[in-house]
Amino acid sequence: MRGLIRKLKTLPIPTLREAVDFGRDTLLSIPRTPGNYLTAAILLLGGLVTILRFTIGIGGVTNLDDANPWGIWIAFDLLCGVALAAGGYTTSAACYLFGLKRYHGAVRPAILTAFLGYAFVVIALHFDVGQPWRLVYPIFLSQGTTSVLFEVGLCVFIYLCVLFTEWTPAAFEWLDGRFAWFDGFINWRKIRNFVVRLTIPLTILGVILSTMHQSSLGALFLTSPGKLHPLWYSSFLPVFFFVSSMFAGLSMVIFEGGLAHAGLHDKMDQAHLDSSHEVAFGFAKAASFIMAGYFCMRIFDLAMSNNWAYLATGYGILYLVELFGFVIFPCFLFAMGSREKKLWLVRFGAVMAILGIVLNRFIVCLIAFNWQLPSDERYFPSIMEVIVSVFIVTCIVTAYRLICHFLPILHEHPDYKDAH
Amino acid sequence: MHRRNFLKLLGITGGVAAASGTGIHKASAASAASVKRNPDAVGVLHDSTLCIGCRRCEEACAVVNNRPGPEKPYDNRAVLDTKRRPSVDSYTVVNKYPGQGARPVFRKTQCNHCQEPACASACFVKAFTKTPEGPVVYDPSLCVGCRYCMIACPFTIPSYDYDKVLNPLVHKCTLCAPRLAEGKQPGCVEVCPTGALLFGKREELLDIARKRIADAPGKYVKHIYGEKEVGGTNWLYLSPVPHEELGQPVLDATSVPELTSGALGSVPMIAGLWPVLLTGAWAITRRKEKVSEEERESAVSAALAKASAANAEELRKALEKAAKDKENALAKAEKDKEAAVAAALAEAKAACEAAADNAGGTDAAGQEQAADAANAGTKDGGES
Amino acid sequence: MEPTTFSSLQDFMLHSKTITYVLMGGGLVGLACFWYFLCGRDKDIKRF
Repeated sequence: MRGLIRKLKTLPIPTLREAVDFGRDTLLSIPRTPGNYLTAAILLLGGLVTILRFTIGIGGVTNLDDANPWGIWIAFDLLCGVALAAGGYTTSAACYLFGLKRYHGAVRPAILTAFLGYAFVVIALHFDVGQPWRLVYPIFLSQGTTSVLFEVGLCVFIYLCVLFTEWTPAAFEWLDGRFAWFDGFINWRKIRNFVVRLTIPLTILGVILSTMHQSSLGALFLTSPGKLHPLWYSSFLPVFFFVSSMFAGLSMVIFEGGLAHAGLHDKMDQAHLDSSHEVAFGFAKAASFIMAGYFCMRIFDLAMSNNWAYLATGYGILYLVELFGFVIFPCFLFAMGSREKKLWLVRFGAVMAILGIVLNRFIVCLIAFNWQLPSDERYFPSIMEVIVSVFIVTCIVTAYRLICHFLPILHEHPDYKDAH
Repeated sequence: MHRRNFLKLLGITGGVAAASGTGIHKASAASAASVKRNPDAVGVLHDSTLCIGCRRCEEACAVVNNRPGPEKPYDNRAVLDTKRRPSVDSYTVVNKYPGQGARPVFRKTQCNHCQEPACASACFVKAFTKTPEGPVVYDPSLCVGCRYCMIACPFTIPSYDYDKVLNPLVHKCTLCAPRLAEGKQPGCVEVCPTGALLFGKREELLDIARKRIADAPGKYVKHIYGEKEVGGTNWLYLSPVPHEELGQPVLDATSVPELTSGALGSVPMIAGLWPVLLTGAWAITRRKEKVSEEERESAVSAALAKASAANAEELRKALEKAAKDKENALAKAEKDKEAAVAAALAEAKAACEAAADNAGGTDAAGQEQAADAANAGTKDGGES
Repeated sequence: MEPTTFSSLQDFMLHSKTITYVLMGGGLVGLACFWYFLCGRDKDIKRF
């Protein structure tokens, strides 16, 4: 204890002048690329709308009303955010539970994506929920255990902790030797090695938690058979959401791998570069097969409820477009791409699959929901809602870039080569 | 392996889902066995044949609940030409519907205080409670503002303070629970001039409603709205025209808690089964890796052993050959030596004889000299 | 022995689900411990 206090006394606390200089130098040293200018603009605009949200309230910033209480902050930031962060559990399960060691290089980027994804889902909820300071109530104060949303909240909270823990080895490797102040005081290597030993149990827990909350997000809509169009309302909504989260995650790993190759190439080591194509083709093959099964399940569900007649309506066309354009088509792209080893087909398939997931969540939450209301009572997002959603995605991308720049995510730390 | 396990997972998930589909039946079994409603639970019966759309109930409600009330004043009849819904300022509204004859039909809308409230089921902080006395009450100190109750309510009743930042809350009819506690009637019922609103025990109201239908055939549609809808509501409706024409959603008897019980039930099953399947998958993978590692090691050492056995054989052969070569060389050297010795001896002898011939009766010194030379030659031959 | 009665299915589910969640947490921890116990005699994992 006394050692800690003594150590704390030697903390190099910067003066205000030093802090300002450091901040200014850091900002000025950021490369002036068009992408970075765009990022800055979105962050600034998002910051302004954030201030508006917390001064004039949700009503002044969104188009939500009493008949449409959930808008794109739920449909996109929560539902799509969670589905697309599923790469974390799928990649780590493939590598550590099913022994597919060739995907090892994809695990850290996938875990980072998932961690940032879930963290920003929680941040997005601070915008959407009326009293965000009470978000801890359902977990710690008053547990509404009959609610599917309680299950979602509890699982997301625990899973965020699991993802954070799975991410820390990369941070510990970076901290090891970086700041002399810690020398002799904190042994980053020992802590890192301990956390790495937890990998298997954490991975198993991650798959359990993911299965539960991915399916529960679908179960949320079971309460409203009268409000959700029959082509999408099904007792199997939880299964549909869970299975689609699997190929959503795999597609995101493929997609992000492509983006990272373009934008973060210099941060990748040879091992990562060599294995990246294998990851893309392997994941495409798996995703393709899962999508085929998912398509079958959706059709079987249609048959069981005997809702064929709805296919001849406007919503029926939307249903067919969703299933054939954004499930079967990317399934086929993945299949051909992985068979013929054509990377561009696989990447195109990933984009279509991700768009399909976004479309599906938007349909269930916004388009096919309240389908019976007259059009003047339907919801359409406001500009400021869109700004907040774009802002949150930009924050995720920026955080990802920053972390990949400094931490051994896309490359192995030289002191920890082959240490896993 | 990867695909097979995913298929296995899919199969199990499907099984769990199918099993959880039966969870609905389980919930009914549970409810039949251990759910006993309070027979004294109160409710309100609304009779549309008596309602004149005077909106005094709206006014009373606003006064009792300390709300501003609707935008337009209560005597403004034009307001009835638009469809309104309850809001944060006005917990109840009366709407006008065309009906089937010359006269329009009016219906008051507000929270129906369901027997199995969707809002209570959906709320993840237990902010809504179905009191045994009848009213569904809301606790503003817990509400986080997630608005899931608004999604879940089949009647889309709850309203939200979208324009408040500091303490936005959900708003709905309270069935005047505080007034009931004092033995009074709800504000709207008390003020209704025509008796369209009747307050009492739900069971008794149902009997009264059935009697009204039986006593005046043709006057009412033979259906008490709220008797069975979503598990039954405490606010009941009688109407001269089909209830859908009065804006009532068509609902079956399945309550919202029943709709989600299957999905909620599958969660613990996953928590119990997934650790087994996933640990199993990992253990099988590890075992396979270990076995293939062992096989690889034994193959390597077998190869090594084979190689070293071959080497040993070669070495032995080489050593044998070397020994034989050495023997041959030694034998040959021996032969050479003997030949050299014999040759030297013969040379010496010849030299000796030649010397003896030259000397004639040679002196002994000459003979000795010749004998020495012969010895020396022999010695030389012997040495070589 | 009369079974506990609840005034609504909501009430029943609140009671049963709360117990279930607690059991789930315990179950996950228990399964993990049990797994280590099962592997206790393995050469490389000396746990017990």
